[in-house]
Amino acid sequence: MEILMSIVIGILFSSAVYLMLSKSLLRIIIGTGLLSHGAHLLLITMGGLKTGTVPLLGEHAKSYVDPLPQALILTAIVISFGVTAFFLVMAYRAYQEIGTDNMDQMRGNEAND
Amino acid sequence: MINLLILPILIPLFTAIVLIFMVKYVAAQRVLSVVSTLGTLTASIVLLMKVRADGVQSLNLSSWDAPFGITLVSDMLSILLVTTTSLITLCVIIYSARSIGVERERFYYYAVIQFLLVGVNGAFTTGDIFNLFVFFEVMLMSSYVLIVIGGTKIQLRESIKYILVNIISSAIFVIAVAYLYSIVGTLNMAHVSERIAEVGQPPILTVVAVLFLIVFGLKGAIFPMYSWLPGSYYAPPVPILALFGSLLTKVGVYSIMRTYSLFFYHDQAFTHDLLGILAIITIIAGCIGAIAYWDVKKIIIYNIIIAVGVLAFGVSLLTEESIRGTIFYIIHDMIIKAALFLMIGIMIKITGTSNLRQMGGLIKKYPLFGWSFLLTCFGLAGIPPLSGFPGKLMIVRAGLEEGAYVGALTVLLSSLFVLYSVIKIFMNGFWKAPKDYPGEDQQPVWFLWAPAAILVAVSVVYGVGAETMYPIISQATDALVNPTIYIDAVLKE
Repeated sequence: MEILMSIVIGILFSSAVYLMLSKSLLRIIIGTGLLSHGAHLLLITMGGLKTGTVPLLGEHAKSYVDPLPQALILTAIVISFGVTAFFLVMAYRAYQEIGTDNMDQMRGNEAND
Repeated sequence: MINLLILPILIPLFTAIVLIFMVKYVAAQRVLSVVSTLGTLTASIVLLMKVRADGVQSLNLSSWDAPFGITLVSDMLSILLVTTTSLITLCVIIYSARSIGVERERFYYYAVIQFLLVGVNGAFTTGDIFNLFVFFEVMLMSSYVLIVIGGTKIQLRESIKYILVNIISSAIFVIAVAYLYSIVGTLNMAHVSERIAEVGQPPILTVVAVLFLIVFGLKGAIFPMYSWLPGSYYAPPVPILALFGSLLTKVGVYSIMRTYSLFFYHDQAFTHDLLGILAIITIIAGCIGAIAYWDVKKIIIYNIIIAVGVLAFGVSLLTEESIRGTIFYIIHDMIIKAALFLMIGIMIKITGTSNLRQMGGLIKKYPLFGWSFLLTCFGLAGIPPLSGFPGKLMIVRAGLEEGAYVGALTVLLSSLFVLYSVIKIFMNGFWKAPKDYPGEDQQPVWFLWAPAAILVAVSVVYGVGAETMYPIISQATDALVNPTIYIDAVLKE
């Protein structure tokens, strides 16, 4: 099961990298979404996918799954959610102000070199 | 009082929450920010005394025993950095009151600065690797807001790049933590260190070490990962730039110091040599940038990269002397970079441009400012009585002892380039024929100069009083070179 998950996560990472290397800003943001999906799935896979009950003490089971990675993922999810929301709004503002979503046209600085 | 440890995090946090409710009252915001940051500074100095007297302090939050709950740990290094951070933030807030502009101040500027302080102080104090990630995100999220606040075109364009780079590095951080957790099965830094010592760092942990190097190198701007920094730091206004330049990259460097001395010290042949090589190239790349530009902001921005390279080289040697030098240098560099950015901010305010070719003759009208700028330049380059000297001396000496001649020589030569680049600012900006600048007389400069002068004074005292600082720095070095001190303080066995 872990091997299958690793392959899926690998595919997610490669899609994310491919998207983030493209020119359009929206594609880049979709890439970051896929990247955080991959990272979260990796976190749960690396915590171990052994069978066990959900981590609720009311279940009275012999074994439970590891609750720690779940808490970590929950934290990471809300953080990446906040960051993605900010990034999207910023992309919208940049589109309004600069008038393009092409990363090629967002180059350079007016530095006095 | 055992909860003293959390005060440098808690005070700015509550201040930030209160500041959110009073955005319209700018004057009250200024007063509250200054007062509460003074409080943070006082709390960290009290904590510094406590660590000095009683050794490494640790606090188990909610009284869960050490590996199971989150532990806050203040050893000498982290409390020194927390104190420095609070001092710099205080000076930047005072500076901001006159320079950032009411529009930005009405838009939660001071609240976000307090959140940044929460993130940085938390990252220095935490003893849990995932909690470090969370504090990184607190810091980064505030820095996203600060870099784009005001919403000019250049800020929007550059912050997109900044955010993208940091999202990627945060994802890699999560990945690295996931791998580390699957290998050692714990997140508490002291416990991780103990477990790694038990298995003696197999190759997979070296891979994780390199992954951490990539993450923290991205935050701290080490050679292949630094290319986002010159562009992004060019965009925001000067007080924000001063905060970024002095604090954010140093958090990355601190994390490298912490992980490479606490976790991955068993197999130094690969990881630390890699860090050393990257550090040398970082210094060279920074030097090239620093001498290439005629823009005062760009010159100092590239000086950040040089300093990060010097610090990384000090960490890569991992001898007692090199670590001592690195700790000495990191505190000096935080203070002096903040001072330098604030000072070039004054230059830009007076002349209305950041182009060195359009400046000149400032010493005629602003002699005090000019000479204090020269003093800062000498401090940055490391001229003996000043604060840049002892740290670099120890790093170079440790490099020569370890046979890392190329690195030691690069560090020495880089000082020349640093001196050349800042003296170029002095020669072209303060000497030459005076020019007329439209609208310069409306700018009262002394109010901006005062916080910068405080920082310069602190750095001069720090340099001249190196002998007094030495035992404190030594104490910080002990906990870093000798991980058992740290582990025993946390796990209390």
